[in-house]
Order: sequence, then structure tokens, then C-alpha cells
Amino acid sequence: MSSADTTMAAPEGEGFRLRWADLAPFIALAVIVVIGALINSNFMAANNLLNVITRTAFIAIIGVGATFVIATGGLDLSIGSMLAFVVGIMIMSMNAMAPALGVWAIPAGAVVALIVGSLCGLLNGVIITVGKIEPFIVTLGTMGIFRAFITWMTDGGSLSIDNSLRGAYRPVYFGSLFGIPYPVVITIVVALIGAFVLYRTKYGRRVTAVGSNADVARFSGVHVGRVRTMAFVIQGFCVAVAAICYVPRLGAATPTTGQLWELQVITAVVIGGTLLRGGKAHIWGTVAGALILEVIANVMVLSDMVSEYLVAAVQGAIIIIAMLAHRFTSAR
Amino acid sequence: MKLDRLGTTALSAALVAGALGTAATAQDREFTIAVSIPAATHGWTGGVVYHAEQAEAQIEAAFPNVDVIVSTASSATAQVSALEDLSATNELDALVILPFTSEELTAPVETVAANGTFITVVDRGLSDDSIQDLYVAGDNIAVGANTAEWLVEQLGGEGQIVVLRGIPTVIDDERIQGFTEVIEQSDIEILDIQYANWNQDEAFTLMQDYLGKYPNIDAVWANDDDMLLGVLEAVDMAGRTDVQYALGGNGMKQVIEMVMAGDERTPISTPYPPSMIASAMYMTAAQFAGQAPMRGSFLLDAPLITPDNADQFYFPDSPF
Repeated sequence: MSSADTTMAAPEGEGFRLRWADLAPFIALAVIVVIGALINSNFMAANNLLNVITRTAFIAIIGVGATFVIATGGLDLSIGSMLAFVVGIMIMSMNAMAPALGVWAIPAGAVVALIVGSLCGLLNGVIITVGKIEPFIVTLGTMGIFRAFITWMTDGGSLSIDNSLRGAYRPVYFGSLFGIPYPVVITIVVALIGAFVLYRTKYGRRVTAVGSNADVARFSGVHVGRVRTMAFVIQGFCVAVAAICYVPRLGAATPTTGQLWELQVITAVVIGGTLLRGGKAHIWGTVAGALILEVIANVMVLSDMVSEYLVAAVQGAIIIIAMLAHRFTSAR
Repeated sequence: MKLDRLGTTALSAALVAGALGTAATAQDREFTIAVSIPAATHGWTGGVVYHAEQAEAQIEAAFPNVDVIVSTASSATAQVSALEDLSATNELDALVILPFTSEELTAPVETVAANGTFITVVDRGLSDDSIQDLYVAGDNIAVGANTAEWLVEQLGGEGQIVVLRGIPTVIDDERIQGFTEVIEQSDIEILDIQYANWNQDEAFTLMQDYLGKYPNIDAVWANDDDMLLGVLEAVDMAGRTDVQYALGGNGMKQVIEMVMAGDERTPISTPYPPSMIASAMYMTAAQFAGQAPMRGSFLLDAPLITPDNADQFYFPDSPF
């Protein structure tokens, strides 16, 4: 479904050729899964697969937002720090509300998180569009700001959620609905909404239009600044959704929370087939890209072939090979 | 902790001397002590910053003629710049430094020392130890070795364990070295060692993968308490009862609380206390204000923290 829609949004309808390219991330994922199964039989164990899919949720959910930003030709380096900041604010507000609201402090805190996340995105978007500064520079700046805030809020240590809330909140990460862990359900819902907005709404078409050629979009009456700002707000909202899934896992925020996640997210988006220069977006590809990254990491731990010192090198090589394979299939 | 006591003794001696007016020469002069430490980027360095700031306030209150300047840096390069700024804008009598890396900071510290500044090096040694006047450090090899000895005894010399290590650095290498040297002499098998970068999240996912890979794990050692918290969460989630012991190291307050409460899975920890920066600052202040000679190397021991002595290692107000 998504492949057909993407062709529709692409400037020159290149039909069948593009569809093959759009399948590339899923083929790559399948290949890596097969390799994983061959390397270690424990890989296909239900528990292991569930663990890997569940932990993919964070990168995938943030990745849905990043797909919008990157499709408009933007880039957001602040997402990892923003996640840590939102997690910190959320924990502090939940702890503050716990005596008065009891367990209801959890949904209230989640709402606070969604508002704060969206505002953080709005901040990025407004500085970029009104100030006319490169997204790279602006989000590099806010990356430092958010990271410093969380470090300051935790005094360099950690900020833990109140014990009275811990038990009630835990199932959001560890529980499941009809056997599907909640983070996975949330990821699917976020991706479905993302795909709907991107492929079925006027705003979605404007996103790719702005990304492929901002000037043409402007001449055809699209308010480019507004579209770009909105993409950053979506990104902030997605970061907050990821934060809501993140807190029940370890119940704490530290200055290293979400560190370097921006690179993982951008990698997932690009592996998924979204162009880094904008103009082409692939929501389900992003989800596949996030899965690829987590599966590779999992397979590296399960296999005994690579020295612990070289794990990162092999991961890097696999990503480059996957991208090269992608390039060759789409060029043919 | 005997060092802290040493510092306090020197301090009180100095106070008495000051009160009697015999330390007139020391009182007449103003002393500036610069403290250069890593910024609070994770739990342990957060503790270092906390203890440095506490010690700064206490030393300045005790000795009105001593001015302490604490400066944090987020990378080795930033620390080199901070050193240049500190020595350019102040007449430094002493420098207490916890270097980011040994090699990169050696030459810059040497430049400061050339002006006649008293140099105290903390934790990580410089490549050339003739530069320093005073060296204060914890014992990373002992952190690994003491934990391993305890584990060998508890497991009766046999079993299967997994290890999570931190960020590739000398500290990490030494802890792993101390640990594996002791384990190798027993029949305990180390199933796996991987990096989790002293990060709770990465430790959680790595432990999940270990649990998926190995059907039986008798014990797990994360060489830092931050990682241990992630490990415990993963073990609890999997509901695995084969994991008898999950141990960390560093003396993070949450883990000390577990030790105090007599936790069966985490009954001990080993200290690598961030408060060593305070020990070093007190000793350096004593050198000037207290006229107590303080030169040499001081190695803080890493005794096991057990329910009996845990309160000595517990700082509820510290972020770590």
C-alpha cells in the first residue's frame, strides 16, 4: 500500500522500478532475520523476537516523526536529548501529582509529556522557519540545551519515578494486548496514523512537495514555513509518545538517556528508503529500518563470531552494505 | 575511608594551629586552588561534581584565605582549554585535576606545573608521573578482583556467569582484568563479555540478549552500578530464577540501599567513590593552609560494601 502511495507522491511516476526499491528495506530485514536464525537457534525463540520487536518501539516511533521532518528536507539532531528532557519533565510532574491524583497521575503525566514534546518540536520549527537558520545548526543547538536541562534536572545522577506509580505503570512496557506487547501496539498505531497523514491528506502531499522543491511548492501556494514547522511539531509529539513507552521500562531518567538515538533514528529513516535530502517519504520503511538496526545488534550478541571490540565495525559495515544493495536495486 | 579521616585530621590540626596564631604566614597569604573535573555527564561524574562542590564550600568556610575554583569540562579538549583559561586568569597555587584521558592531558598539566603550581592528580594517572606532587586514586583492579573473590566463594568455585563492561577505557580494562584474573583460577566459566557503555538502557537490552542466549546463568557482573539497575530490570522481566547473584560496583546510592536492605541477589557492592575528589581537595588544602606536607601516592582501597558497613558509603544527598 505504501509503495503505491509513494509513487503517487514522487515527482516523476517511475512505476514498477520504484516499487522494487521500496521493498528493499523489507528484503534486507528478511535476509538479516534468516542469517540470525542460521547463526543461533535461540534467535527465533518467541521470547527473543518479542524482546527485540518491543525494544524497537522507541526508535520506530521517533522515526515516524523523523520521516516527516526529513521528507520536508529538514533534519532534527535534538531528538535523543529531547526524549531525555521530556522523560525528565514527565517523571517530575507524575511524582508531583502522585499524592493528589494517585494512579491518575500517570495519564496526567502522559498528557504533560505530549504537550511538552509538541512544544519542543514547535520551538525547533519556529526558530528554523522564522529565523531562517539551517535545521542542522538549530537542532544541534537545542540538542545541547535539552541535554543540559536533563543533566541539571538530575544533578548528573538519576531521576526515578515514585514507587507508588511504578507498579501501575510497568505494564505499559512489559504488558501485552492479545499477546502483542503494548509498545508494539503503540508503534503500529503511530505508524498507521503517520501513513494516513502522509499519504492520504493534503498536508502529507505538501510535505513531500516542500521536500522535493520548496520554490515550486511556494509558487503553487503552499505555505512552506508552516508545513516545515508542523513537521517538527509532529516529531516532538512522536518523541513524547516514545517517552511514554520508555519511562515504565527502567523508571528513571539519567543524563545518558536517549544518547545518540538521533543517529539511530536518522539511520533507520534512511535505510527505510526516505531520501535524506527530502521529497520522498516511506513510513513503513522507517519501521523496517528500525527493526533492521535492533536485529543486527541482537544477532551480534547472540553470535560468538565477532570479538566484542569489533561489534560496532561489523554493524557499520552491514548498514553500508544494506544501503549499497538498496542503491543497486533502485538504479536497475 | 581512612583517607577522609586523614584529611579531616589535617584539617582540624590546621584549625587549631590557626586559632593559636602560629600559622601567621599561612594566614597572611591568599591561596588559589583550581579544581578541574569532567562535567556531570553520567552518574559517577555527577557524584564527582557534587562532592567537589561540597568540598569547595567546606574548605572555603574552614580556611578564609583559600579560594577554590571548580571548573568542569565535557571532553578532553575542553579540559585542556579550561586549564589554559584557569592558569591565564589566575595565579594558581595548586591544581587538582581528574584528567579525562592520561595521554592528552599530560603535556597541558606539565605546562601548568612549570609555573610552580602544586599538582594533585586524581583517579586517572598522567603518562608521566613525575609531574604530580600528589596522586589520589581508587583501585580499579581491586574493584574487579574483590568482587570476583566474593563470587568465587559464594558459587563454590564453579558456575556460569556473564559480564557487562563499560566504555573502552583504562578504568574498564583494569576492572575486567582484576575480575578475570581471579575467575580464571576457579572453575567458573565466563560465558560472555560485551560492552554496554555504562548505560542503563544498553545494559537492559544486552542482559535480555544474554538471557535469551544462555539457558543457565548463575551470576552476572556489571562493572558499574548504573548498568546493574538495567540488568536487574531485564532479569525480573524474564522471571529467571537461575540468576543467583547480580553484582555491580562503584557504590551508587540506589544499590547501597539494596545492600543495606539485605537484598539476596545483590548483597554486596564495591566502592569506587566519586568522593575521592573531596579527599584530594582536602589534602591539597592541607598542604597550603594546614602546613601539613602532603606529597606521595594515595590508593583508596575497594573493600566490599556489606550490610554491616554500608552506612559509611551512603550519601543520600549525592546524585550518585
